[in-house]
Amino acid sequence: MKKIFSALLIAVFTASAFAEPILIGSKKFTESYVLAEIAKRSLENAGLTTDHRQGMGGTIILWQALKGEQIALYPEYTGTIAEEILKTPTIDLAEMRRQLATFGVGMTEELGFNNTYALVMRRVAAEQQAIRTISDLRRHPELKFGLTHEFLDRQDGWRPLAEKYQLAPPNVIGIDHGLGYEALRNGSIDVKDAYSTDAKIAENDLVVLEDDLQFFPQYKAVFLYRLSLPANVVTVLRGLEGQLDAKRMIRLNAEAERTKNYTRAAALFFSDAGTTASSNAGESFPHKLRRWTLRHLELAGFSLLLSILVGIPLGIAASRGGIIGQVILGITSAVQTIPSLALLALLVPVPFFGISVRTAIAALFLYGLLPIVRNTATGLQDIEHPLRESAIALGLEPSARLWKIYLPMASRSILGGIKTSAVINIGTATLAALIGAGGLGEPILSGLNLNDHVTILQGAIPAAILALLVQWSFDLLDRLLIPKGLRL
Amino acid sequence: MDALVELNGVSKKYEGATALQPTDLDFARGKTTVLIGPSGCGKSTLLRLIIRLLDPDTGTIHFNGAAVTAANISDLRRRIGYVIQDGGLFPHLTARKNILLMANHLKWPAEKMNRRLSELCALTRFPENALNRFPVELSGGQRQRISLMRALMLSPELLLLDEPLGALDPLVRAALQKDLKEIFARLNQTAILVTHDLAEAAYLGDEIVLMSEGKVVQRGTLNDLRAKPESSFVTDFINAQRSLVAL
Repeated sequence: MKKIFSALLIAVFTASAFAEPILIGSKKFTESYVLAEIAKRSLENAGLTTDHRQGMGGTIILWQALKGEQIALYPEYTGTIAEEILKTPTIDLAEMRRQLATFGVGMTEELGFNNTYALVMRRVAAEQQAIRTISDLRRHPELKFGLTHEFLDRQDGWRPLAEKYQLAPPNVIGIDHGLGYEALRNGSIDVKDAYSTDAKIAENDLVVLEDDLQFFPQYKAVFLYRLSLPANVVTVLRGLEGQLDAKRMIRLNAEAERTKNYTRAAALFFSDAGTTASSNAGESFPHKLRRWTLRHLELAGFSLLLSILVGIPLGIAASRGGIIGQVILGITSAVQTIPSLALLALLVPVPFFGISVRTAIAALFLYGLLPIVRNTATGLQDIEHPLRESAIALGLEPSARLWKIYLPMASRSILGGIKTSAVINIGTATLAALIGAGGLGEPILSGLNLNDHVTILQGAIPAAILALLVQWSFDLLDRLLIPKGLRL
Repeated sequence: MDALVELNGVSKKYEGATALQPTDLDFARGKTTVLIGPSGCGKSTLLRLIIRLLDPDTGTIHFNGAAVTAANISDLRRRIGYVIQDGGLFPHLTARKNILLMANHLKWPAEKMNRRLSELCALTRFPENALNRFPVELSGGQRQRISLMRALMLSPELLLLDEPLGALDPLVRAALQKDLKEIFARLNQTAILVTHDLAEAAYLGDEIVLMSEGKVVQRGTLNDLRAKPESSFVTDFINAQRSLVAL
């Protein structure tokens, strides 16, 4: 058992080391996916091996991953670099380049378009109320604002914007970007933040409110890359400079959202540019489902195995009470309260983890510990005192008492804990997609991003079915593993 | 007197309250000694001190002439059988596995185990075909017979019984009392039995040790206690139980 486990462990942890492809990251929105696909395609056309870790968490995770050499490059915007990464909003491009270099990171010239933040409204509503500029919003405090969480928190986001324009609307809620368009369409909100190249603006007949006080900084698209990359890679990237204007980017974004296929949208860039490139039609749904599900099971399975191997001994130690017991239960409970995105952001900069399956498994392992530790401890503590004494009085050594008497008697509780962990793990494993580790979270994330319910369900339904199957198989396992005498 | 177990100045306190005052006591080989007294008199504490489920605060206990220490206790426990009120059977093991637990642990050959198991079934009048049942599938009396077999499995030099019949109904209890007496006689077993039932003490015990408030009040046969009580407590204790029977 131990041998098989360590062999599997080694297999998982080394699988990513083969071939050393150039790892390209992207953020969790359409344009970032498309830009990353364009870079991927360009590099492959130049005969290089690449891998696209799509839709990773947010700026912080991608930046940490790039800084920590977990990925080689990703598309970024100059405004984000100034505000979020270097935290000096007034910086010029030359200084920006110099500061990035201290992290071993290079920046291409502008790709050719400015994707700044903007506030958008339904065209009809804006015209009825004669709202043309952001300043006009001051006259309409009744409007409901639905803003992305990132925009609400940014240095160049909602708070300073409201301050500059002296806006104080009473109704401001945080909402996912994709869901926000839905809310705008059905009238649940009136104003939302958007990117100026967002295909949805034209698609949904929205208007961009004029930034009459010039609040929003420039968000020129560039690629950030490791300065240590070979010269031929950098040359290919720099070949993309100035190749994409706003109109073209909107068209590619619209194509991506229409076809739900980023590879195909990226291919459009090459066919437009006259490059001979065969379009990759993409994988079939059953094939994708198989890939997602297998990865999902791999993530949940390995993390569960680790949780069991570590959690049961910790539970045994915790069952003895005292300070050690309290510390163990305290720490495992505290881990449970860390939000998943925060936990991933903490793990990504750690050298061994980075942007990999390992990180996802480590996070799931930590989340899976508490139920197993707690149930092992309570299962053991619930054994009646006279039975413990009988085991001692028979003359069994402590280890024999544990293995032959106490653990079998606590088996129902321990298995209950393992079952809880397994079901939680299946659900939580969807977060692996945030760091590009795949699994059924992949369609859920991209569906959220595309505001496409069908794609969301392609991930959500199999995940729910998996959770049920796991529950059932554990019910069967109960019969095999819990001694009959405890089930009568 | 040839004593198997000797206590010298043994005492025990629980959280400040005295459970057993410094006590000197010995238990004769081949005899059944009954510890009796009201609840909290220290009789169970004494038994648990002998098998070292409790460590004495003061004094020493000798078993077969050798002082009992933390180092040799594991070995000594295998030479002592221990039966408690509810049997102390492990619910996840069948009756057979409960009985054979230590023999299996010590890797006895199967043939030797089976021979011993048959002997014990005959001795305790337990039907061999019920050995595959789990504790929850057995009656209270059957559970105590299994517990007794488990205690006797390794042919212990000493048998400790802590109110073994306390939870049984009167008919089952009477039958088991009779069987226990026969078994002790047949095995020439050294046994120490704790009970609060004077009739049971008189029936099973070669000698009775009456205890009160952590002290031995008097030891002897029932007749000794009745004829020459050493304090008014002895008379009161005997009378209290007799009056119950008289009802």
